[in-house]
Amino acid sequence: MASKKTNQDKVTSEDASSRRDFIKKSGLFTALALTPPSLVMASEKKWDEKIAEYLETVPLSIEVNGTKHNLNIEPRTTLLDLLREQLQLTGTKKGCDHGQCGACTVHVNGTRILSCLSLATMQQNAQVTTIEGLSKGKKLHPMQEAFIKHDGFQCGYCTPGQIMSGIACIKEGHANSREEISEYMSGNICRCGAYHNIVDAITEVKEGGKEI
Amino acid sequence: MKNFQIIKALSSSSAVTGKAKDNSSMFIAGGTNLVDLMKKNIVAPDKLVDINGLDLKKIEFLKGKVSIGALAKNSQVAEDASIKEKYPLLALALAAGASQQIRHMATVGGNMLQKTRCSYYYNTDMPCNKRVPKSGCGAIGGSNRMAAVFGTSDSCIAVHPSDMCVALAALDAKVLVEGPKGKREINFTDFHRLPGNMPEKDNTLDSRELITAVEIPDNNFTKNVHYLKVRDRTSYAFALVSVAVALDIKNNTINDVRLALGGVAHKPWRLTETEKFLKGKTVSEDLFKQAGHLSMKGAKGFGDNNFKLTLGENAVAEALTIAASK
Repeated sequence: MASKKTNQDKVTSEDASSRRDFIKKSGLFTALALTPPSLVMASEKKWDEKIAEYLETVPLSIEVNGTKHNLNIEPRTTLLDLLREQLQLTGTKKGCDHGQCGACTVHVNGTRILSCLSLATMQQNAQVTTIEGLSKGKKLHPMQEAFIKHDGFQCGYCTPGQIMSGIACIKEGHANSREEISEYMSGNICRCGAYHNIVDAITEVKEGGKEI
Repeated sequence: MKNFQIIKALSSSSAVTGKAKDNSSMFIAGGTNLVDLMKKNIVAPDKLVDINGLDLKKIEFLKGKVSIGALAKNSQVAEDASIKEKYPLLALALAAGASQQIRHMATVGGNMLQKTRCSYYYNTDMPCNKRVPKSGCGAIGGSNRMAAVFGTSDSCIAVHPSDMCVALAALDAKVLVEGPKGKREINFTDFHRLPGNMPEKDNTLDSRELITAVEIPDNNFTKNVHYLKVRDRTSYAFALVSVAVALDIKNNTINDVRLALGGVAHKPWRLTETEKFLKGKTVSEDLFKQAGHLSMKGAKGFGDNNFKLTLGENAVAEALTIAASK
């Protein structure tokens, strides 16, 4: 699993801000002589993008599917992009990227959220579960098995989000009727229109009473 | 998205101070609206002040009122057993908004501060006085099916998109804020403003102020309440028109009533005139029809949204009927 060492630099953002102003006023050599604050000028002048990238990042400790990661990320990195682009966990899908489709649904500390609208830097020390974290070895999660059994998908693009949402829907206690399931699954859009089968799958898992 | 700096506030006063130092900075809580706006480059702060570490998440039932922390999640409030029992209208309105994933992320304070979903505000190729002051309003004379019918101006006909706020306006809530000059309270109905010639200003909050809580006074609206949300699909869509109604009925007579509309104005639209009309009268279908008619007096359509005038009348009558029959 790709994992970088945490940036040991303890400079706070406020320190970095004042240093940034200082750097802007100073020359290149002064800037390089400083210990790593945010070296915005390097990026502005396209000196060495790798140095700039390193200096413009913030440390993040996060646990994904039971694996701890210590990373340096840009503050603008969303949790979705972190999972897909940096941790190579591409099971979580980017649908609309604007919080309208639910394809990017993951669990953070046991709660389903939209990873596309969540800044990764705000998930410090969080425990994240994605679709990749559901199966136990080769044994699929009961919700994954139920989706296969009930044909809960066609193209499959919304499926990881539907499954993560479906599990949460039961855990939250909102799967007591077909109507309630539909309401509490409304944040997950399926363009193939597999909704009835998705509700069937969730209903079966709920009634099956297996640990999820 | 433009890159930015982010700092974590450890207290509400440090959050206020941190933000006050830098005028281009913004607070971030749930981020469900702000991150989206930043992706579209509609807002582009240099610095974010993350306030999620502040102790503002509690729902406290105090003497004569409930105090809901600004960082309480929408789902947390909607599913709180005591909120459901004592302030069911608020729980209903919250459950009608967004999706469960978004309700898990979105906070009470952030819900109040969310931006309009007017398509001209979101489309940076189009004019919008709210996004770029003095650039014009694309919705007037344009595609305006979702637009306001009350309190509009020549500058802006956008609506406030929140459901929660409609219930809070109906329930006489107060907004508690903290700023560089100290703390103050704002009546909920005075919090959001009409567009006038400054549509870029959504509310009466100073840019350096932080919402810390919302308080609702105790009331007798525990049974005959309803939040009717009329929308293009059954769930997960913004309101065309919504109605928050709270009735206190004794012996078939309306002892007290609160009524507010969503989806019709730049702010939650409290219907004080209809409330006065209904108070003391006997519940009847005809009375509720009259109330619907009275509620839409003075409404003005802009073409595509003319249907809201009739829809509003019927929605008020329907919401009152449903609430009274509970």
